[in-house]
This record gives sequence, C-alpha cells and structure tokens, in this order.
Amino acid sequence: MIDWRLQCRAIYGRAYPRAIGALREPSWMFFDIFLPLLSISAFIFYYRALGAPAVYEGFVVIGGAMTAFWLSVMWGMATQFYWEKETGNLELYMMAPMSKMSILAGMALGGMFLTSVRAISTIVLGVIIFQVQMQLTSPLLLVFAFIITLIALYGMGMLFSSLYMFWGRGAWHLSNLMQEPIYLVSGFYFPVKQLGFYVAMAASIIPITLGLDSMRQILFGAGANGLLPVVEEIAILCVVAVVFIIAAWYSLRHMEYLGKKEGRLVLRSQ
Amino acid sequence: MESNWTSPWLFLVYSVVKPIFGTLILVFMYLIILGGVQDQTLFSFMFIGNAFYMFVAQTMFGVAYVVQEDRERFKTLKQVYIAPISYFMYIVGRAISKLAITALAVVITLIFGVAFLNVGVDLGATDWLLFGVGLFVGLLCVVVIGVALAGITFLTARHSSGINEGIAGLFYLFCGVVYPMTVLPSWGQTIGMAIPFTYWLEMMRRALAPGTDFSAISGLGGYSNLEITALLLATTVVFLIISVAIFRYADHLARKKGKLDMNSTY
Repeated sequence: MIDWRLQCRAIYGRAYPRAIGALREPSWMFFDIFLPLLSISAFIFYYRALGAPAVYEGFVVIGGAMTAFWLSVMWGMATQFYWEKETGNLELYMMAPMSKMSILAGMALGGMFLTSVRAISTIVLGVIIFQVQMQLTSPLLLVFAFIITLIALYGMGMLFSSLYMFWGRGAWHLSNLMQEPIYLVSGFYFPVKQLGFYVAMAASIIPITLGLDSMRQILFGAGANGLLPVVEEIAILCVVAVVFIIAAWYSLRHMEYLGKKEGRLVLRSQ
Repeated sequence: MESNWTSPWLFLVYSVVKPIFGTLILVFMYLIILGGVQDQTLFSFMFIGNAFYMFVAQTMFGVAYVVQEDRERFKTLKQVYIAPISYFMYIVGRAISKLAITALAVVITLIFGVAFLNVGVDLGATDWLLFGVGLFVGLLCVVVIGVALAGITFLTARHSSGINEGIAGLFYLFCGVVYPMTVLPSWGQTIGMAIPFTYWLEMMRRALAPGTDFSAISGLGGYSNLEITALLLATTVVFLIISVAIFRYADHLARKKGKLDMNSTY
C-alpha cells in the first residue's frame, strides 16, 4: 500500500531546496534573468536589421524566456540523477523508503516554480524594454496552456532523468548538445509552422513546440501563424503529458533494476 | 582531454552540431523574413560574423569551465597546480585545443554557407595577409579573455557559467556579430567600438569576402584595412593587460583564501 503522506513529504523535501535556493543566493536571479535578456536583445536587433514585423520581436521575447524551461528540464531534471550519482546522493535516494517518482516530482515542482519566476521576470522586462504589443484574448486559456506545457515538459524531463541515470559523462554532453538543435526545430525564435507542417508536427514530440505555439497564438492572435488551433494543441499536450509521466515511471523502474543488476548505480566518474 | 569521454567520430559530430545549428537558427530567421538570400551583403555579413563568433562563444566558455571542471568534477586542480608547470600556460594550452576543435566547426559552417547559401567568401580573392594577421590577433584576444574568466572562476563557486555566458552575450550583442552595429542605439555602438571583436569580425569579413562591399552597412566603412588592424591591435593590447592582471590577482586571492581546492559538490 502506498504511503501517500511519505510521498508528499518526499516531494516537498525535494522541491524545497530548489524553491528556497533562489532566496539563499539571489545573485542567481540576476544571471538567470539578465542572461536570457542578452540573447533576446541580440535576436530582436537582428530582426530589426532584417526589417521584420514587430510581432516577431514578441515571438523572440516569449521564446527567449521559454529557453529557461528547456535548460531547466535538461540540466535540472534530465541530468540530475547523473549529478546525484556523482556526488553520492543517488544511493541515499535508493535506500530511502519513498518512491523515486516522488523525488522526480519534487524536482519537477521545484524546478517549475524557480524557472517560472525567472522566465516571467524576463518576459516582463523584455516586454517593457522592447515595448512588445500583445493582444491577450483569454488569460485563463494562456495560464492553462502554460501549465499543461510545463507538466508535459517536466514529464519528459522525468523520463530523460531515468535514462540519464544509467549513463556516464555522455549525459552531460548530450544535454549540452540538445540546446541549439531544439531551439531550431521547436521554433523558439520564429513560428514553428515556418519549418513546414510535417517537420513542425515531428518536432511536436517536444512539448515546448506546441506549448510555445499555443501561447503565441493566445498572445499575438492571427499574427502568430499557428500550427494547429489552440484547443487542439492543448489537447495534444494533455495526451503527451500523460504519456511521458507513465513512460517515466516504467523507465525509472527498469533503469533502477538494470543499475542494481549491473552495479552502475554507484559507479562514478565513468 | 576534451574528447576522452567518447569515440573520435562521435566527438567530431558533437563538436560541429551545436554551433552549426546555432547558425541555422539565424539562417531560418533570415529566410523567413526576407524569403531568400536577395540581399547577399547582409546575409554574408551575418554568416561570416556568426561563423567566427563561434571561437568566442565556444573557446571562452570552455577555457573558464576548465577550472571548475578540474576542481569540482575531476578534482585534479591541486595536482595540476603544484606540478612544475605554469598554470597560466596550462590554461592557454587547454584553450588552444578548444580553438582547434572550434576551427573545424567554423570551417564546416563556412563551406556549407558558400556551397548552399551563396555566402560571398571568395578564397581566390582573399586578402590572406589581412586574414592571417586578423585571425592571429583575434584568437589571441579570445584566449586572453578566456584566461581572465578562468581566473575569476577560481574565486566563484558555481557562477562561472553565468559569468562566461554573460560576457560572451555582451560581445554578441554589442560587437555587430550578426547585424550591423548601426542598428544599436548610439551608447551601444560606443560600447561595441571599445571591444576588439568588433574590429576582428570586420577584418574577417573584409579579408574573406573582398568582393562584397560591407562599408554601407557595417558602421565601420569609414576605416581603412590598416586602421581597422591598428584598432584591433590597440584594443587587444588593452584587453591583454587587463586579462593578465585579472588572472594574476585572482590566482593570488584564490591561494590566499584557500579557494583552489574548494568543493561545492555542485
């Protein structure tokens, strides 16, 4: 029988350091808000040099801020069990009586909170500095699209986390590699539809693709040149979120079994 | 040391995929807005600037990360430090290996640009003297700034990636890497004019694409090749002095405060 109180305490315990970490070291806030603004500014000036319509500056602000979530998922979720293995925490997680999914859920919740604070700050600053014009028609739909995007995205992070647990230094390099290619195919800086319908649909396996597209449609209307109607994109995201979380559960169980069988759970510096 | 985690072929792919996709983002943005490469001058300006900026982004970040990696991950910094070598030269050596790896990505990107996107590089007409001098001084500048950032990394726990990305981002924003500096507000242009990479990238464009007239858009059209070279040399010397001073001071401070074996378990 599942001890839900224990699972909730594990979730809270793992989310706590991420949420409180921002307050303990406020200098991180500066880096995490200021750095995305630099690349956002550069891409906006690039669009201005090309004579792009003003709405593209809005795409860059939203896309640039959302990079924080992708980085959080890759470095704060996917690579996390690898780090825990390197620092000697992973065996402690394995010995503790709660489900490892609770640890992942805590990591995801803490990461969502921390990254949301920073990404929203970046968006607000970007909108003010570059005077981005938005046509927000449905705030509730925007919030729902944002939340379901995060759930699907962090679900994917949970799946990756269990896979990465098994790997060595390659995990670090894979996370490093999965930045620019994903920024391109997910349309972080332009409407993903511009890549062609089939490429965009293939890229939709990454939840942030449809999440970004739906949020842009809600914020910028027809100018967003959306891939699918917003409701359909949100429905797909709901399905993807469930699939990723279930897949993460199975994957975690399998990888934990393999790790124990092959003695790789405590193998460091490989 | 850079590639000992995988096979050489996988490392080769890894080394070129990231920067090339970074370039493709800019290419797609360009094509989406302008529908094609009609304005060959602006496109070549962006493409060549971005290709050479890879040296700045990849090498500077990599050099500074060496300290954190040796200290926190491999825990070998103390051993390297007490070995009978100059740690300064060790960092320079690590930087040169990163330059060599990045050079491959730069060459592949330029070949791709010339072959498929009509980038105006013409090796037959290239000003090799300007290119050689510019490349040497520019890469020297990349290495010395990287060394300064490595020095700062001695003193920080886990801020190094943020500081490195911040510095590289500032250069990307103000040096007219992918857009002419004239797009920036006047105070932004003033900052750009104080940074060596502004002149370095202009030299690379002029040397590799002498048939393309960047003078109308670059904001540096009023300077001759000789003046641009002199400005690059002057700003590089200033950055060299500042960087070496930062490294020496940070090194002293790190030893004084016992930061060389700091382990944040992060």
